[in-house]
Amino acid sequence: MSRRVFSARGDHIESRRPVTVSRYRGITRLNHWVTAASLIVLLVSGLALFHPSLYFLTGLFGGGQVTRWLHPFVGVLLFFSFLLLFLQMWRLNLPRPEDRTWVSQIGDVVRGEEEKLPELGKYNAGQKFVFWAMSVLIVVLIVSGVMIWQEYFPDLVTIPVRRWAVLVHALAAIAIILTFILHVYAAIWTRGTLRAMTRGTVTGGWAWRHHRKWLRELAGRGESGPAK
Amino acid sequence: MTTDANLDSPRTAVSNPPVQPMQANLGPGDVVRASAMPDLPPPTRELTPVAKLIDVSKCIGCKACQSACAEWNDTSPEIEHNVGLYENPHDLTPDMFTLMRFSEYENPQTGDFEWLIRKDGCMHCADPGCLKACPAPGAIVQYSNGIVDFIHENCIGCGYCVTGCPFNIPRVSKTDHKSYKCTLCSDRVAVGQGPACAKACPTQAIVFGTKEDMLAHAEARVEDLKSRGYDNAGIYDPEGVGGTHVFYVLHHADQPSLYSNLPEEPRISPVVQGWKGVTKTLGLAAIGAAAVGSVLHGLLARANKVSAEDEVHAEKLVEGSESPTTPEKGVV
Repeated sequence: MSRRVFSARGDHIESRRPVTVSRYRGITRLNHWVTAASLIVLLVSGLALFHPSLYFLTGLFGGGQVTRWLHPFVGVLLFFSFLLLFLQMWRLNLPRPEDRTWVSQIGDVVRGEEEKLPELGKYNAGQKFVFWAMSVLIVVLIVSGVMIWQEYFPDLVTIPVRRWAVLVHALAAIAIILTFILHVYAAIWTRGTLRAMTRGTVTGGWAWRHHRKWLRELAGRGESGPAK
Repeated sequence: MTTDANLDSPRTAVSNPPVQPMQANLGPGDVVRASAMPDLPPPTRELTPVAKLIDVSKCIGCKACQSACAEWNDTSPEIEHNVGLYENPHDLTPDMFTLMRFSEYENPQTGDFEWLIRKDGCMHCADPGCLKACPAPGAIVQYSNGIVDFIHENCIGCGYCVTGCPFNIPRVSKTDHKSYKCTLCSDRVAVGQGPACAKACPTQAIVFGTKEDMLAHAEARVEDLKSRGYDNAGIYDPEGVGGTHVFYVLHHADQPSLYSNLPEEPRISPVVQGWKGVTKTLGLAAIGAAAVGSVLHGLLARANKVSAEDEVHAEKLVEGSESPTTPEKGVV
């Protein structure tokens, strides 16, 4: 079996007529949704403590004390859940020469004129940006978060360091929320994408249009998936 | 002398409290600022600003103030081990709102050994960093008489007050996860009694009254100290936090750090200001703009859809009638 360059283990042509392609295994999808659910809980509970106008959101968790207690634990869950995703995805998110062209022609991307863009592997530069932004920000958030975790680490760092940690935590949180909005929006705007994380498959046309090198590699491997 | 029940706040801690029934003040109508409540209604009246003056030069380190504080507030500080220091407990704790801090100083000018004892505790800043940092609405309030008080039923135990305080005062309890500090005996002051520590102090090193009276008294004390050779005697009422409602007379006012690291120029850290100011406002605006912008774009702009042609290409590719290798034009 030839070496994979543009696809991950488990990616395969699932059916030929019409063509459907398996993009994410069940375990990867579960991993993704645990991460997503944690991020949403963190976002809501964090915003509640970030701005007085959103403090009412603590009511969703049973009050301010519970929100204060819950937020860091969900942060730890997110960190480890994302770590598993990272280990599965980092290789295909390494930058490639075609990413530079893709970014320089971002206007064509936004207009949906993908025939003008180079052929891409499993991820485009936008997806790679989301991946690396999430990776870096989650590390920044967990490190700064532990420094301000009053219940278990009250004396881990000095008070002046703690002031920086709380500022960095807020800035990184804003950045990750913006990244999250970009991620969700791009998945909805690019029709046919969401099913990759729900059913696990995409249509052949979707793969041809957006990730042609990935599709070519899978077609070339002649795999048609498990027994029909 | 008995404190007059018609006054809005006690003028001294030494006299007995009023015997006539009186309305307790320091209610919601006396709150001038509350944490995470930017739209607080203005107070219904203005109380006379009060202050506690701690004259370090008169302190004998007896800790009657600490005992009175624990007694009045009904706290039981943990019994610790003697490690060769007079300080006991080792630090402010959720059960010890005030602490005598002892430092030994060899004065290079006179060659004298000086024992500098400072009663540490909340300074009741006019511009309180704890209140600025606190995310829980109404967990920290400032009354019009200057007292900064923690309202424990609203406290969520996040420790942001610790981050915000320029004097390292609040302590979060491991038991009930709420933050504690000196209340300036708001519950006594509200009914015409001075703070317990001031009442207990045997040398009148701690005195209580209106801020104005206390400043006048402090100035007289500074004068007296100067006449006794303490040329650098002065008042510690730091401007950086807008002045404080607990303030000191120091014999070495030019070097406050001699007194167990009393900050030279305390103020709310610019990092905290940035976090609670521009970050909070701009951050929320950016998130809101991104959310609204993407919804609008989603409704108004054309989505990126897969065409029937794309599907045909894919079928041909998978069937093998289209070469699976990348054509050269695609590689850039």
